[in-house]
Amino acid sequence: MTVAAASSSTDRGLAVHFQSISRLYGATRALDELELAIEPGELVALLGPSGCGKTTALRILAGLDTATSGTVLVGGRDITRVPANKRDMGMVFQAYSLFPHLTVADNVAFGLRLRGSSSTARRARAREMLELVGLGQQGSRYANELSGGQQQRVALARALAVEPTVLLLDEPLSALDAKVRVQLRDEIRRIQLEVGTTTLFVTHDQEEALAVADRVGVMNAGRLEQIAPPAELYERPASPFVAEFVGLHNKVSAVVSSGVATVLGASVPAIQGSITSGSGVAMVRPESVSVAPSETGAASVVSVGFLGPISRVHVVTDAGDTLMAQLPSSLAVGLAPQDRVEVTIAPTPVLVVAG
Amino acid sequence: MSGAARLGRGAALALFALYFALPLLSMLDFSTRAKGDAVGRTGQAWANLFQDEDLRAAIITSLLLALFTAVAMVVLLVPTMIWVRLRVPKASRLIEFLCLLPLTIPALVIVVGIANVYSWVTYLLGDSGLTLTFAYVVLVLPYAYRSIDTALSAVDVGTLAEAARSLGAGWVRVIVSVILPNIAQGVLGAAFVSVALVLGEYVFASLLHFDTLPVEIALLGKSDAKTAVAASLASLIFASVLLIGLSFLHRHRRSPS
Repeated sequence: MTVAAASSSTDRGLAVHFQSISRLYGATRALDELELAIEPGELVALLGPSGCGKTTALRILAGLDTATSGTVLVGGRDITRVPANKRDMGMVFQAYSLFPHLTVADNVAFGLRLRGSSSTARRARAREMLELVGLGQQGSRYANELSGGQQQRVALARALAVEPTVLLLDEPLSALDAKVRVQLRDEIRRIQLEVGTTTLFVTHDQEEALAVADRVGVMNAGRLEQIAPPAELYERPASPFVAEFVGLHNKVSAVVSSGVATVLGASVPAIQGSITSGSGVAMVRPESVSVAPSETGAASVVSVGFLGPISRVHVVTDAGDTLMAQLPSSLAVGLAPQDRVEVTIAPTPVLVVAG
Repeated sequence: MSGAARLGRGAALALFALYFALPLLSMLDFSTRAKGDAVGRTGQAWANLFQDEDLRAAIITSLLLALFTAVAMVVLLVPTMIWVRLRVPKASRLIEFLCLLPLTIPALVIVVGIANVYSWVTYLLGDSGLTLTFAYVVLVLPYAYRSIDTALSAVDVGTLAEAARSLGAGWVRVIVSVILPNIAQGVLGAAFVSVALVLGEYVFASLLHFDTLPVEIALLGKSDAKTAVAASLASLIFASVLLIGLSFLHRHRRSPS
């Protein structure tokens, strides 16, 4: 039996729980006792470098891969041994996965046909789903007549048409070009909020994860390093790995005493997880660093990179620290390599780790 | 393209056309020539194709063999190849090796080996020429394998299967409703090539003493050359129509995105 009945009756989706899931490939541990709880209706993004286990976790939830040990619960029900085709989940793949021999509408209706719904009901549902993803007029076309972005929209409509218990998005935007990626990313979030399906979104792009998710889980070597709302993850990384993965970081020598770090002469609060005293390395965000031209400054400009609204300025201090500052481009105008500058650190909390 | 190049290409094409057409036209001429030194045309040799009991039986045997071989090949090979690709990709090398093996062993050698087996086959299943199906399925494996393998490589079988499974399709459904329609051209191609091969196969049938069309043609050639030539030409035309139909199908399939 499937769990479809439960999902259609609620708008808020089902809770998902990975209980100490491990997955071994030979001697390699793709997942190492993964613990992850997703609230009903929540969109959780799993973020991490390739090989961190994020896709394996998603595939285990989909039933396309099998956990070596551990339990997966959906809506409180153990589905660890349920085959993929009995799980009632909707999945969007990184590779284009529309069935080439079917029209767009037939693709969307595919899961409904398997569930035995009438052809009128299927057609109505397919149209409704295509409207939802903004392709109401494209039902009679074939996949090879659509752009990459349109194909992924149809894949999303197809996954949602069956009213899945959980929506699984496996790097759905990776094959698209930058502009379409941002547009579709926002649209996925809008649609997910509209239908309220519990969603697991796997990506290696930190901007994407931070933009769409209720909570972002950063994975490393088969484990969840930290899971938190985007802002918290960004402001209070729990480990150097998270700090480095979520945003570019400057590593600057610092001294900590009683919760306050001294970095480049400035006093900055040290966040939880930092060393409590002694000298270490502070992880300072580029946007917390500012530079201003000054003949008496203790640093000099190495290079200036113009990125449109912002600029990135690389400087080296006389003490030998290399720093990157991210400024509005208007403040970087006139800076040139060799210029002497003054470096100041904004008093936003930083993570200080043992150097 | 310059005029000279176009002319050269045209000349080459004409030469090839002549090379292929001349024997066929000669066959047509010879098979319709009147008996002895008499002048004029006769359709007697062609009529014999339908009137000669043995020849008709041989034609039916060969056509049935072609049909059974193509069906057995599809039933055996297609699910196996899809399954190997989806579930046991490690075995794909082995399957490829096994399927291409018949190509590397001369037909004569296979027949000598297979003759012993066939004394059992005829003992168990009777001496109908249709038992040749077993040998022919092996014979067509290399060609059928290539055709199906190419079709399978052209689609992302793994992702399509996973998408279908996540939507609720069981394995049978995945193979029948999702993968098969997308490799249909390749399967059809494999079937056509099998038919063409079976219709022209002589060595197996002759040495195992089965009366198929090529065997009967060879036999007739010794007594009634005109009918033999008419039969050869008919089977050549049939095979050509199949192969031309095949290339037509290939040209008209939807281009992948």
